Amino acid sequence: MNTHQGNFVRTSMIEAAPAPIQTGGIAYWLRKNLFATPKDAALTIISLLVLAWLIPPAVQWLFIDAAWTGGGRGVCATVAQGGSQPDGWSGACWAFVNAKFDQFLFGRYPIDERWRPALVGILFVLFLTPMLIPKVPYKNLNAILLLVVLPILALILLPGGWFGLPFVETPLWGGLMVTLVLSFVGIAVSLPLGILLALGRRSTMPVIKMLCTVFIEIVRGIPLITVLFMASVMLPLFLPQGVTFDKFLRALIGVSLFASAYMAEVVRGGLQAIGKGQYEGADSLGLSFWQKMNLIVLPQALKLVIPGIVNTFIGLFKDTSLVSIIGMFDLLGIVRLNFSDANWASAVTPISGLIFAGFIFWLFCFGMSRYSGFMERVLDTSHKR
Amino acid sequence: MARRILTALVGAAVMGIGAHSASAGTLDDVKAKGFVQCGVNTGLAGFAAPDASGNWSGFDVDYCKAIAAAIFADGSKVKYSPTSAKERFPALQSGEVDVLARNTTWTINRDTALGFNFRPVNYYDGQGFMVRKGLNVKSALELSGAAVCVQTGTTTELNLADYFKANNLQYNPVVFEKLEEVNAAYDAGRCDVYTTDQSGLYSLRLTLSKPDDHMILPEIISKEPLGPAVRQGDDQWFDIVSWVHYALIQAEEFGVTQANVEEMKKSTNPDVQRFLGVEADSKIGTDLGLTNEWAVNIIKAVGNYGEVFDRNIGAGSPLKIERGLNALWNKGGIQYAPPVR
Repeated sequence: MNTHQGNFVRTSMIEAAPAPIQTGGIAYWLRKNLFATPKDAALTIISLLVLAWLIPPAVQWLFIDAAWTGGGRGVCATVAQGGSQPDGWSGACWAFVNAKFDQFLFGRYPIDERWRPALVGILFVLFLTPMLIPKVPYKNLNAILLLVVLPILALILLPGGWFGLPFVETPLWGGLMVTLVLSFVGIAVSLPLGILLALGRRSTMPVIKMLCTVFIEIVRGIPLITVLFMASVMLPLFLPQGVTFDKFLRALIGVSLFASAYMAEVVRGGLQAIGKGQYEGADSLGLSFWQKMNLIVLPQALKLVIPGIVNTFIGLFKDTSLVSIIGMFDLLGIVRLNFSDANWASAVTPISGLIFAGFIFWLFCFGMSRYSGFMERVLDTSHKR
Repeated sequence: MARRILTALVGAAVMGIGAHSASAGTLDDVKAKGFVQCGVNTGLAGFAAPDASGNWSGFDVDYCKAIAAAIFADGSKVKYSPTSAKERFPALQSGEVDVLARNTTWTINRDTALGFNFRPVNYYDGQGFMVRKGLNVKSALELSGAAVCVQTGTTTELNLADYFKANNLQYNPVVFEKLEEVNAAYDAGRCDVYTTDQSGLYSLRLTLSKPDDHMILPEIISKEPLGPAVRQGDDQWFDIVSWVHYALIQAEEFGVTQANVEEMKKSTNPDVQRFLGVEADSKIGTDLGLTNEWAVNIIKAVGNYGEVFDRNIGAGSPLKIERGLNALWNKGGIQYAPPVR
């Protein structure tokens, strides 16, 4: 019985299997994301064609044909327009932005004193950056520097009039500086005030509840432009002769109160999302109202509404440009004001200036948006679905 | 209509609430605080615009400087309040500004109902039309059916409607909120005709891609006398603001310029001597509440009317606006100063 039966013995080699479908590398990514189906492939090709049609002229206009340096409208105007560029030329006029750059940053702030807003700006970045990085220690100290020391320093340095610094009145302020001061104050005031208003509106004390509700509903019901216009134009008519207070201060108060009303509703949305059990749990631990809010409710509620809060911040940042209707020049206002400088009047000056202003606004708003996304991930515990 | 109602409301509010503001002597207030608060445009090429270092410059701005120079012998003692078209009247009424040098058209409504005083006209403007040469239009009366680019909310828009209605012409208004939008739309060919004040047409030419393809039609469809405005009820201040303008005109007529003003003080011409306050026992400036050197100080600060015009909007500026109606009365224009004596 040494014959081997019933066992299959292969007589030829098995054919080589096709290589497995690649699950990495560029080719795989392209196939998966861009050319998965014929429809996808068609869309990809159409998109590429549109981009190829849009991007080269944009690059040409923005960079290659642009006028980068020069001292007047001549560099941004064609010969027929009284300039030095060949006929039919069109390109961005960065020379205009270049020449007016300091004005765009500081407005009409006296040139010799511009180190003051610059210093405040540098300190702002120095204090803000460690505040934004969760791993950096000494957050309490940092918060005091950013929210107490910096505003006091700014109050001394920006208007001056103390310690031998010449007084610089606010009508001379302008540009990015005004945009940032307005938004920083608006943000710093609206978040705490908005939280208080939201708590007030949910309070069981009828007077507080009514006051907060009335404030929120009235302020939310009025356009910001009306608030600013009333503060700037009508208010002086009701004040006694000779009593004026600073227009910039009026705008600051208007913007802050306005943002607070919106913030209150965003925070209230967060408060409503917190289950009753959380409140009851806190009560059963014997926590006081403020302990309950600070330790249990608000940390959860605020985390939930980060997108809404940042949305309000971004809206506020962009709304600051409305102050130009009351004769104050924020970044957009000062850019537009400079269109009226006849020495720079050309067909491409306005669009170049607006692209520049738009880019700066985008930088800030995009930064805020990215940071809020980062914070959501850092604080994420279990709510993500 | 809404504009008129708003204006009337603001005016009424002002009359009721600001009535007490007219009594104080503006000159004394200005001297006490040490500067003139001057309302200017929020940006109009040649009239009020920032220069390279961000300081205000322009035709209206020079008037502010001239008033400051007449009072303080120093043209820099001015603070500017940029005011929008809506803000300007309440700003003047509430006393926030002492004088409004903001290319403001003198109308009966503003002179009476709003409670302002106008007298000198420092720039005679009028609304005109710009068209493409390709249209082969030689007169505004041939514009029937045209698409007209115009800035909304301005007297320009109302004048346009009045003119086409009066001449029984059809038109399609293409309206925009911002001046640069109107400019861009016209340049891009979205309308056949562009209408605004003539001074504006000149600054528009600077921003067109092919300025030679466009022409300005001869018709002027409105009178726009622009001048400084003050509150009613303070005749001394009104006199000062008026005579600052007349001094600028008179200086041009006498040939007194920023460069030769010191030399001209030695002139033997009694008219010039009187004007420059070097005549014996002169009261030419003290009667105004100023010093006798007031005219000299104005000219030292900004030059004469012709110099102010040329530097900001005339031949010496990119705008290159012709003098036209704004030439002196003896040179074909209507700028005329009462005698200084």
